[in-house]
Amino acid sequence: MIAGYAVSFIVMALYVASIYIRNRNLNQDKAMLEEMDDETVPAMQKPVIKPKPAQRKTGKTVTKKKSKK
Amino acid sequence: MQSKPITLTILDIVSVIALGVSTYLALVFAPTELVMGDVQRVFYFHIGTAWTALIGFILAAAFSVIYLISKDLKWDRFQVAAIEVSLVFFLITIVLGSIWARPAWNTWWTWDPRLTTAAITELIYIAYFMLRQGIDDPDRRARFGAVYALVGGFSAPFTFFAIRLFRTIHPVVIAGSNAEAEGTFAMSPDMRVAFFFALFTFTVIFIDLFWHRIRLGELQDKIEQLKLKVSM
Repeated sequence: MIAGYAVSFIVMALYVASIYIRNRNLNQDKAMLEEMDDETVPAMQKPVIKPKPAQRKTGKTVTKKKSKK
Repeated sequence: MQSKPITLTILDIVSVIALGVSTYLALVFAPTELVMGDVQRVFYFHIGTAWTALIGFILAAAFSVIYLISKDLKWDRFQVAAIEVSLVFFLITIVLGSIWARPAWNTWWTWDPRLTTAAITELIYIAYFMLRQGIDDPDRRARFGAVYALVGGFSAPFTFFAIRLFRTIHPVVIAGSNAEAEGTFAMSPDMRVAFFFALFTFTVIFIDLFWHRIRLGELQDKIEQLKLKVSM
């Protein structure tokens, strides 16, 4: 009789633990994927939003270095 | 992270309290059965878990029908949640029945119609998750799952009525009697209190776990969408 109740509680506890662990892992995955998504979206947008200032800066430094040499 | 609804938190607390009270009623409050002794106390949780599991399987079949009509993946999540929680509860039912059968029938297991149909039902729903694991496309997985759960749903009422349709040694305690049953008994008023409270407890626990499992399914779907978005 006690074994029956022990089995009930153990099985239910294991299932609750499995829900908790799966939920925690999924939240970790979600946070990581959101971070990756945030990184990829600005990288894709860069050439569209700020193409000119980036080209100017690199152009200037290259010419300076060349003139020094 | 999803914020947890206050109703779900309340339901968590009610479930834990009800489980404690139900255990007290089954182990202390209910009188000891004269013939079988203390092992009869297994009956309260055995019926409680069986009741919720079979209702859960029938609910899953209903969700399957709604999914096949609406094609809304929400109903697929509901179906998976109902089947998963029911599968756990039905496993408890079978194990408790086996523990009771050892002193009552002098065997852990016998191929009685009720035990056989119960084992088949459990195996049908284990196979359901194996089927889903093998399909990657969410729509296809949901469609196959819905058809399978709909057909599998017939096993639940069949298991329930097995002791009323076939010759069996399994007792019929509620709504009926079986002359050939071994280990049957009449419930006293105190036994009824423990019994109905166990039914209430497992119904509340089922709703609580079902809700948690639906939220888990929603999170899984969000992550699948995020994975697709990142990989593109």
